[in-house]
Amino acid sequence: MLEKALSGSKRYWIWVTLLLAVIAVGLFAYMNQFNNGLGVTGMSRDVSWGLYIAQFTFLVGVAASAVMLVLPYYLHDFKKFGKMVILGEFLAIPAVIMCILFIFVDLGQPMRIMNVILHPSPRSVMFYDMIVLCGYLLINLVVGWTTLGAERKGTPSPKWVKPIIYLSIPWAVSIHTVTAFLYAGLPGRHLWLSAIMAARFLASAFAAGPAILILLCFIVKRVSKFDPDPGVGAIQSLVKIVRYAMIANVFFYILELFTAFYSNIPEYSAPLRYIFFGLDGHTSLVPIMWTATALAFLGIALLVFPTRKNGAALTIGLLSIITANWIDKGMILIVAGFVPNSFERVIEYAPTLNEILVTLGVYAIGALLITILYKVAISVREEKAS
Amino acid sequence: MSINRRQFLRRAGMITALGLGSSFVISGFRKKEVAVAAEFATTPKGLQAKRWAMVVDMSKFKTEADINGVIEACHKLHNVPKFPNTKDEIKWIWEDDYHHTFAGGHNEYLDDHVLHSPFMVLCNHCENPPCVKACPTQATFQRPDGIVSMDYHRCIGCRFCMGACPFGARSFNFRDPRPFIEEVSAEYPTRTPGVVEKCNFCYERLADGLMPACVEKSNGGLIFGDLDDPDSEVRKIVSTKFTIRRKPELGTQPSVYYLVGGGEDA
Repeated sequence: MLEKALSGSKRYWIWVTLLLAVIAVGLFAYMNQFNNGLGVTGMSRDVSWGLYIAQFTFLVGVAASAVMLVLPYYLHDFKKFGKMVILGEFLAIPAVIMCILFIFVDLGQPMRIMNVILHPSPRSVMFYDMIVLCGYLLINLVVGWTTLGAERKGTPSPKWVKPIIYLSIPWAVSIHTVTAFLYAGLPGRHLWLSAIMAARFLASAFAAGPAILILLCFIVKRVSKFDPDPGVGAIQSLVKIVRYAMIANVFFYILELFTAFYSNIPEYSAPLRYIFFGLDGHTSLVPIMWTATALAFLGIALLVFPTRKNGAALTIGLLSIITANWIDKGMILIVAGFVPNSFERVIEYAPTLNEILVTLGVYAIGALLITILYKVAISVREEKAS
Repeated sequence: MSINRRQFLRRAGMITALGLGSSFVISGFRKKEVAVAAEFATTPKGLQAKRWAMVVDMSKFKTEADINGVIEACHKLHNVPKFPNTKDEIKWIWEDDYHHTFAGGHNEYLDDHVLHSPFMVLCNHCENPPCVKACPTQATFQRPDGIVSMDYHRCIGCRFCMGACPFGARSFNFRDPRPFIEEVSAEYPTRTPGVVEKCNFCYERLADGLMPACVEKSNGGLIFGDLDDPDSEVRKIVSTKFTIRRKPELGTQPSVYYLVGGGEDA
């Protein structure tokens, strides 16, 4: 089926070339980092994780969100998602690959990455994260490829794939739970030391992930003859999921704010004060966080009111929700976990250009993989339709 | 019972997957006692303990010279580089004031003497080290004598240990440290870029029967010994005088105690 990605319109090839160019720039930036060390990034002794680990965290959520299609379709026989499930699975695969790449580019000694397997450490959450992420990648590759292959031949999916599909549902929850445990189990990082972290992660994932998927469906509809939602209301069903997940996410965040501020324990509120109001005169994240807050409420409003049925307003609402979640999880949560530092000093972090280029390179690899996988899926569907 | 190419490939694939899976299960759950493997033969002159610990006697640190001498002794011996940019900074032992060392215990009425006393800070060699738990390769591990040590050749530089340490004791080699070492010491290896490092309680000196470099240089300000030994000086101080530790509420059981009563009975 992969050969279908090798033929396409001129527009398709321009897009692929563009992505390859961004990947080349990212690779060049990574070689600079590889040769000179992580000193070329904005990370420091005090803020020892930055943009890379934050992207990893955000993308685990995007990967996990495929379950929001798989679960209704396979467990509740929700037929509306029939045409879309494959797009969800084919979004999860590049998302997990990007997660693995972001971990890789964050390593100080990337050539030693196999040490994680050579010297397995079952007491480390990282060990379990590796297992669940690799497992999830494999599950989605097998399921996506097999179901699409069967569809192409016009046969029902083989029986053996069903248990794997059911397995993918708890597995999707596990990848984001274990990722939350990376942070939520560390003593002394008060922003992360929260029992509700995994729940927050899942809520934000089920808002941002399906929102990205809906936007991708809009693009698919525009560039191909395949319509993922041929008037059955699949997208509006997904919009409901996004809306309630985002409301839950904001609610969970408010719970964090209440505990931190009402209890008045300085260590608990310090990172939140830093994020929302600034601490010791350091305010670099304040405007960004308030932007995210405004976008979160705007996005919910646009998805609650009848504006959700209007194409343009819906797009703005979804983009607001994606951006709000990206700022919260793909940036602030990780950075502010280190501020103030263990000595209650505020040392700020800002990514460098080199770091941003590497990040864009990884995203371009993800976009290229999505393009290829979606091209294959769309071509199979177009072939069947004609 | 002939099989076609497709069936053959499928079966071969399943067998391979099974084989890879089971070999991982075997190697994954084999108990590897890294700490034991890391031990080398003990020499007769080597100092032994069940739990090494340190007491910082605050009454002995008065002048800049007292402090800097200790820091210099450690950093020179261990080839700790001096980076011009604090972002890349590496430190094994350094000083901070009361409020920052004992974060969370803000008391605005403390007198200047306490507020501005220099507290020596270093790795606490916790009894329950969160960094050891976090490390995905066991590159950082706890020795039977309580020292939390590092294998610089196994560390992948993921910095999970830095996130896990509640004391900010760990540094990362963001750049190649070698050009920034003023005078290379032959007593201890230099590090490569991309690995984490921290105080090691001078295990290399203990093996030679010597006290840690900072202790030797401190004129009695730093007292080092076996906390498990009722006759050791550290044990006597910790059990009879008022000492404090950094963030004891986290349950990591730090092995560095601060004697703040000026050496007198509290």
